[in-house]
Amino acid sequence: MRELTYAQAINEALRLLLETDDRVMLIGQGVTSPWYVGTTTAGLIERFGNRRVIDPPVSENGITGVAIGAALAGSRSILVFPRMDFMYLAMDQIANHAANWHAMFGGEYCVPLTIWGIINRGGEQAAQHSQALQAIFAHIPGLKVVMPSNGYDAKGLLISSVRDGNPVVFIDDRWLYNLRCVVPEGLYQVPIGKGAVLREGKDVSVITSSYTVHEVLKAADECRGKGISVEVVDLRTIKPLDSELILGSVRKTGRVVIVDGGWKAFGVSGEIAARIAETPLIRELKAPICRLSLPDAPAPASTALEDVYYPRKEQIAATIQRLLEA
Amino acid sequence: MQRIRLFEERVADLVSKGEITTPCHLYTGQEAVATGICASLRNDDYVFSTHRSHGHYIAKGGDLRKLMAEIYCKSTGCSKGRGGSMHITSAEKGLPGSSAIVAGTIPIAVGAALRLSAVGGDGVSVAFFGDGAVCEGAFYEALNFASLKKLPVIFVCENNLFSTHMPVEDSLANPIIYKIAEAFKLPSCRIDGNDVLKVYKTGQAAIERARKRKGPSFIECMTYRWRGHVGPNYDVDKGIRTQKELDRWMAKDPIKALEKMLIAKRFLTNGEASKIVTGIEREIDGAVAFAKKSPYPPSDEMEIIRYLFR
Repeated sequence: MRELTYAQAINEALRLLLETDDRVMLIGQGVTSPWYVGTTTAGLIERFGNRRVIDPPVSENGITGVAIGAALAGSRSILVFPRMDFMYLAMDQIANHAANWHAMFGGEYCVPLTIWGIINRGGEQAAQHSQALQAIFAHIPGLKVVMPSNGYDAKGLLISSVRDGNPVVFIDDRWLYNLRCVVPEGLYQVPIGKGAVLREGKDVSVITSSYTVHEVLKAADECRGKGISVEVVDLRTIKPLDSELILGSVRKTGRVVIVDGGWKAFGVSGEIAARIAETPLIRELKAPICRLSLPDAPAPASTALEDVYYPRKEQIAATIQRLLEA
Repeated sequence: MQRIRLFEERVADLVSKGEITTPCHLYTGQEAVATGICASLRNDDYVFSTHRSHGHYIAKGGDLRKLMAEIYCKSTGCSKGRGGSMHITSAEKGLPGSSAIVAGTIPIAVGAALRLSAVGGDGVSVAFFGDGAVCEGAFYEALNFASLKKLPVIFVCENNLFSTHMPVEDSLANPIIYKIAEAFKLPSCRIDGNDVLKVYKTGQAAIERARKRKGPSFIECMTYRWRGHVGPNYDVDKGIRTQKELDRWMAKDPIKALEKMLIAKRFLTNGEASKIVTGIEREIDGAVAFAKKSPYPPSDEMEIIRYLFR
């Protein structure tokens, strides 16, 4: 079976989308730059030209409007933000316009727009180049939010996002870019709104997404050595949330740890905890719901501080073990 | 023009009576701008509008019944009662929408032009906006990108001298707006926006230029809204403007000016002019009746919307 890196899987998805659907347009800062979006857009401009692969000036809000307008006029727009932090500059167009358009005009128009944002944490990039903003976008009605954890899902979810017909925020984490996995050739879709159980277990469910999945898998290995059977649930889509999968897993294990790569307050982990707490299942839990996420503080630059800012496998494993002892 | 005027004045009356409750930003006084520009547009050209949307919709050929029903927030409205006065649309007439965020649709109009330029053909896109939008960042980003990529878009600034309550000279360091556009290497001009023939000729030239893929243009139309920023009031009592200023602009009524000219040149008689008014009034009566008897959106529709946006 053929293996690709995550970045290659994205590159292949973009190439296939541009090749098979002439409505597809890729626009965003750095799509022709050798470093901004990793190697994910390599070779695309040479192949498809600067009318379909557009490297615009730094005008995030304006260019987001441009992508929306093109989508309204028949494009399937893929809009990239090489640092997700820059999406704040485009909040008006994303939240007021793209997200509302379909409902606000009575369903007359769709906005087929994939907004691809990249989390660039680590590497001493500090508070404005590291943020994981999934909760902010998931809060907004009219936006779907997907966060793949591997190249297979990234390719399939990117294709699903572009074909969705309405705005999808596609978030990936730069730390995933060099990870390899089996990726089929050709076009295929991973459904939006469906999570996956990556590892079955019976003692505790760990619900997670994106890069954090890999830290959780390592923590699960460590726990197995100590006789703890961990079920790992990869959300793949943040919104619409696969509540059924989460509840099914938690019902089985009776314990849950939610590990999110964003901030804790009012965030994804809180939403998942609430979904569990809103059901009778809450009375059957063997331990309180446990959340692990970033501290409610801006990302630091120094590696020494980054090491304690991001939850790593050791911290996740220790949290699981404490929960089991409780 | 007359259709827009009589429609807006009817809406003003219905708002005063409490029949209409959605916030209405009336276009009375500015009719020559939308009319003059849209006269050169086809159904497959795009127009993007603002919170002051009714005039653009009517000028683009939109259905008065669907517009009135939307203003009544009924299910038969052009946006099915989900948009109200500020969010109107007509897929068949090429009006993908209007935004209540100042300058919001300017970059979107540029994006539609980007798509039009990619697919070939000679379609164009028009962004209508007010002087207030010139204070927004989106305006500058959109102008720069359109000029950089030579897109088939026409920027039509309706300078009605006020952004909500604020006079233009209190909001812009340089209130000569077309000069700002010139800095982006756009062919730009300032014209009398109450002279419908002038607007038509200027618009036609800009639209032709865009159809020939020679790039975008910028037209600043000097005009004045008779009514206040929102609702049927004149805002003279609030001290925002003087009765003298309002009277001066009402004397420059674009409809009366055209009517006078047409009658003088014997293209129109007084009798024909009043016949046009009667015909439109009847059409508006029909639109109001249609809106009033139309049902509100069914409440179970909220469930469907919630499901769609889960």
